[in-house]
Amino acid sequence: MNTTTLTLHESWYARRSLFDWVFAAIVAAAGLFAFARYQPSMDVYEKVILLAAIPALVWLGWFWRPLRVLALVVGAAALLAIASYQGDLARAEQVFWLKYFLSSQSAILWMSVLFFMSTVFYWLGFFGGEKTALTLAAARGSLAHEGAPAALGRPGGGTFADAMERIGSRIAWAAVTMALIGTMVRWYESHQIGPDIGHIPVSNLYEVFVLFCWLTTAFYLYFEERYATRALGAFVMLVVSAAVGFLLWYTLVRGAHEIQPLVPALQSWWMKLHVPANFIGYGTFALAAMVAFAYLIKQQADETRWWRLAPIWLLGAALCFVPIAFRQRGVAEAGGSYWVGYATISALIAAGILLGRRRIAARLPSFEVLDDVMYKSIAVGFAFFTIATVLGALWAADAWGGYWSWDPKETWALIVWLNYAAWLHMRLVKGLRGSLASWWALVGLAVTTFAFLGVNMFLSGLHSYGTL
Amino acid sequence: MTASTHGLRLRSGSHALRAGVELLSSMRFAIALLTVICIASVIGTVLKQNEPLSNYINQFGPFWAQVFLAASLDAVYSAWWFLLILAFLVVSTSLCIARNTPRILADLRSFKENIRVQGLRAFGLRAEAPLDGEAPEAAARRIGQQLAGGGWKVKLQHREGGPDNGWMVAARAGGANKWGYIAAHGAIVLICLGGLLDGDLIVRAQTWFNGKSVYHGGGLITDVPAQHRLAVSNPTFRGNVLVPEGGQSSVAILNQGSGVLLQELPFAIELKKFIVDYYSTGMPKLFASEVVLHDLATGESKEARIEVNHPASWKGVQIYQSSFDDGGSRVKLQAMPMTAGGRRFELEGNIGGSTALSDGQDKLTLEYTALRVINVENFAGMQGSGADVRRVDLQSHLGSAATAGKSRELRNIGPSIGYKLRDASGQAREFQNYMVPVAMDEDGPPVFLLGVREQPDQPFRYLRVPADEQGAMDGYLHLRDALADEGLRRQAVDRYVARVLDPARTEQVEQLRVSATRALGLFAGVERMKPVADGALQRSAGGWQAIAEFIDLQVPEAERERAGQVLVRVVNEVLFELLNLSRERAGQAPLPMDGKSQAWLTQAVLSLSDAHFYPAPMALMLTDFTQVQASVFQVARAPGRNVVYLGCALLIVGIFAMLYVRERRLWVWVAPAAGGGSSVVMALSSNRRNQDTDREFAHLCSRLLGRAEPTKDNEP
Repeated sequence: MNTTTLTLHESWYARRSLFDWVFAAIVAAAGLFAFARYQPSMDVYEKVILLAAIPALVWLGWFWRPLRVLALVVGAAALLAIASYQGDLARAEQVFWLKYFLSSQSAILWMSVLFFMSTVFYWLGFFGGEKTALTLAAARGSLAHEGAPAALGRPGGGTFADAMERIGSRIAWAAVTMALIGTMVRWYESHQIGPDIGHIPVSNLYEVFVLFCWLTTAFYLYFEERYATRALGAFVMLVVSAAVGFLLWYTLVRGAHEIQPLVPALQSWWMKLHVPANFIGYGTFALAAMVAFAYLIKQQADETRWWRLAPIWLLGAALCFVPIAFRQRGVAEAGGSYWVGYATISALIAAGILLGRRRIAARLPSFEVLDDVMYKSIAVGFAFFTIATVLGALWAADAWGGYWSWDPKETWALIVWLNYAAWLHMRLVKGLRGSLASWWALVGLAVTTFAFLGVNMFLSGLHSYGTL
Repeated sequence: MTASTHGLRLRSGSHALRAGVELLSSMRFAIALLTVICIASVIGTVLKQNEPLSNYINQFGPFWAQVFLAASLDAVYSAWWFLLILAFLVVSTSLCIARNTPRILADLRSFKENIRVQGLRAFGLRAEAPLDGEAPEAAARRIGQQLAGGGWKVKLQHREGGPDNGWMVAARAGGANKWGYIAAHGAIVLICLGGLLDGDLIVRAQTWFNGKSVYHGGGLITDVPAQHRLAVSNPTFRGNVLVPEGGQSSVAILNQGSGVLLQELPFAIELKKFIVDYYSTGMPKLFASEVVLHDLATGESKEARIEVNHPASWKGVQIYQSSFDDGGSRVKLQAMPMTAGGRRFELEGNIGGSTALSDGQDKLTLEYTALRVINVENFAGMQGSGADVRRVDLQSHLGSAATAGKSRELRNIGPSIGYKLRDASGQAREFQNYMVPVAMDEDGPPVFLLGVREQPDQPFRYLRVPADEQGAMDGYLHLRDALADEGLRRQAVDRYVARVLDPARTEQVEQLRVSATRALGLFAGVERMKPVADGALQRSAGGWQAIAEFIDLQVPEAERERAGQVLVRVVNEVLFELLNLSRERAGQAPLPMDGKSQAWLTQAVLSLSDAHFYPAPMALMLTDFTQVQASVFQVARAPGRNVVYLGCALLIVGIFAMLYVRERRLWVWVAPAAGGGSSVVMALSSNRRNQDTDREFAHLCSRLLGRAEPTKDNEP
């Protein structure tokens, strides 16, 4: 009898390429070097986090291949920046690479510009070029799990629209790269300002907005590759551009880019885990909401009665108005003209999207794909949001006096959690899909935004950051 | 198999009862209750919780305040209906788990290998294929092993006789999904139970059942009777302990709405030293307390250092650094008279204490309220006492200490004393005086800042008194006394007139002397204007206000500006003479007429003018202090903590399992075919049908059957 034992799956390790192993080796070497060099100034928890980050980063790179290149480019650029600084922050004004590209503020400004450009190119992708083979391929969802970039070089991909989308996608990658470089260099710069001032740059509203921008885009780019469709980029980059807009206002009008030392409440290793986990949640919830918006636009593609379209237009304009509501002081203030212009542009964008809905709908992938992206996004967001809330409670048990004090931030985190738990329940148990699920995801964004920003600004509590 | 979401269906009982039970135990009712919980929680974040009744009345008026209190909206999270809903949800979830778990367990163990072959052909994901050259048994075993190697659980069944003759390979994977369901929902029950144990309920139960009651009065802790004190054995509490440096305390204060309960601790906390550290930018860096814990029962001691993010733990009680306060610092004050003719005197007192002051007729109570040793500019929000150091926002700014344009020089302008003066009717005004003169701008002299406010929610308004060349208030006070002295005023006017006019021109000299005397008199507040024709009276007591009123009432409109300029110059120059006179009287050399003196005089004149509005007869200046700080700790006992942490871990594991593990069942029917080979019918079922499942089926087909695609299209 023939006793060949064929395997159902190839061993995971056997599928690793040479580059995978090289990447793993570099990450391990870098991590262990950092450990050896800085361990006197780390407490035991921080050492554990650093050592655990090594296999986590390797796994991420093996799971989604483009991350390997991203990590290596960011690492190289950050090291170049550190070498150029030579320990003296004043060199940022003299050395060309630092002044115009690699110093944290320059890198983040580049990130902002690139995100705006990416949004523009993605939207250009809706104009010019008919429905090509790409949408049919997307409807089949025929992509291997570990990202074969070849599938995106689709037949008939030479139209103007496809080219615009491809450029938009590449620019988005560049923006994520610059954001990460800015973050890493900012981490280094904070250590150079003073002996106890250095900290991971996720400690205030400015820094977490940068985190939000690149995390949302990174998740979007993953789904873009997985589902072989670039049409969603236009929608997702809208929310990222809004975040960048806020970031720029905050920098220019409030000078928020200054690196501040940590207040005692934030001097904890918990911050390294709790904040990024939270932003995986916020980013994916925002992504799902934008995909839901696209879903609704596609649904209304053939609708001609204006009163049926009105809710969507109002919603679109309202979403853009959200940041303005957070300004507690009068809109016509220092920087007020910025907001008026912002409001006008938002209303125009919402109207423009609705006017072009048929063309947009033609290029968007199938309802099934949109639905799937929404579900996957909310699923990963919910899982990490659960982790983040639990970590927040554990941190509160170390810092505030107990794991749960019904602090407004804790309470609103619970509400966001319950909202998305209900959404997932409805989908998994009752099979809820379609426009109701989309509206719910959009409302969920409003709840999430309030929990993220509104609580900090309107409600007082131990987590409050005060008014803007 | 999906978990059921409808409620329990009774078999007996009236229709109403059955409908009721079904509703109460269904998922839709649970979701409705969760919505109520959400709304109530939101209200709790918007409406400030656990404030005294008067705050709500102030904010909403008496009617709405009563409504809110009736619905317990001032303490939503411990309201009886809130807890009742939570308890109900816990029971409901537990029942749901209890109902579903046996089914799940039975399901996890079964392979459903008895499925009919015809049934397989009805599945959405199915395939039929021939396997040439492979006997059924060998094929079945091979497929079984492949599946087992790929993580499936496999059962082989041989069927003989009857219509079906062949091998059934029944496989199952992803059982973790169901375990995840049990784990996640069980976790919710655990978390709620643990949270209930750690909440307010046990403390309040003691007031219901154990004869304890809330204390509404004030006074010393040691005087509070026993029925307001909770025993050491109380398993759950969260309260505050204030310990001054060098002192110790073993009683915690639990806030219960309008009153407090006292909690005896098993040990005494002795504060050896309270440490505050600052960054070079002036922002606080560290709040730490060095304490010694003394076990009251055994006398054992333990040293600890408690910081924000580094609590101490002993005997099941956790101690957190929550806030800090003044622990009764000793201050020495000197009273500077703000009205002419008053005398100076010295006072000593403790922060938190009070002294009675009397000048014969008016009685005032002096309450020492605050000593702030460090006052860093731009930190108006950071109070010296009562600041909650666990806050993220310690300086009312977000991520930046100042806008990019402003200079970032933050100076420490030295210690300050805060006190209240309460008059006989009980009205109090608050004062804040800085010990050391502050240079407010480069050209002017350093000034003493004397702050006043009538209401606690108003900002302080400051009277600025210039410091003389010895850095004291004396120069100003001498000038003020000289201004009240009629003889000196006359002398000053004489000197002034002699300086500017030739004494020979007697008429002009006389005119100037009269008007200068008048102006100075108005300024000094000793001369009142005669009432004008329309009865308008002078309102101001003196200073520039009096001069301005004089101009408005007596001088025709066209000449007001010129008259004003003239009067201002005259008053300034006379006052300069007066200043030198006062210096002579004090035995000091006269000042030269240079820019520095001019600046000093300008500031002094402004202060003299504003001093008429200073609402107290004296200003108390800080001369010496001995600071005693107090640390406010939050102490907590939370027995349900480990239950909650276990629940959290289970919740995370359960959610990941439910979301990322799909439960699948695969059947492969291998029947003998003509020519020694086999024919295969394969079907896959999943609890979730999506693109991933389709992809997996295609993969299985290719691996197990050697085919690239299933034979039939995928249909939902």
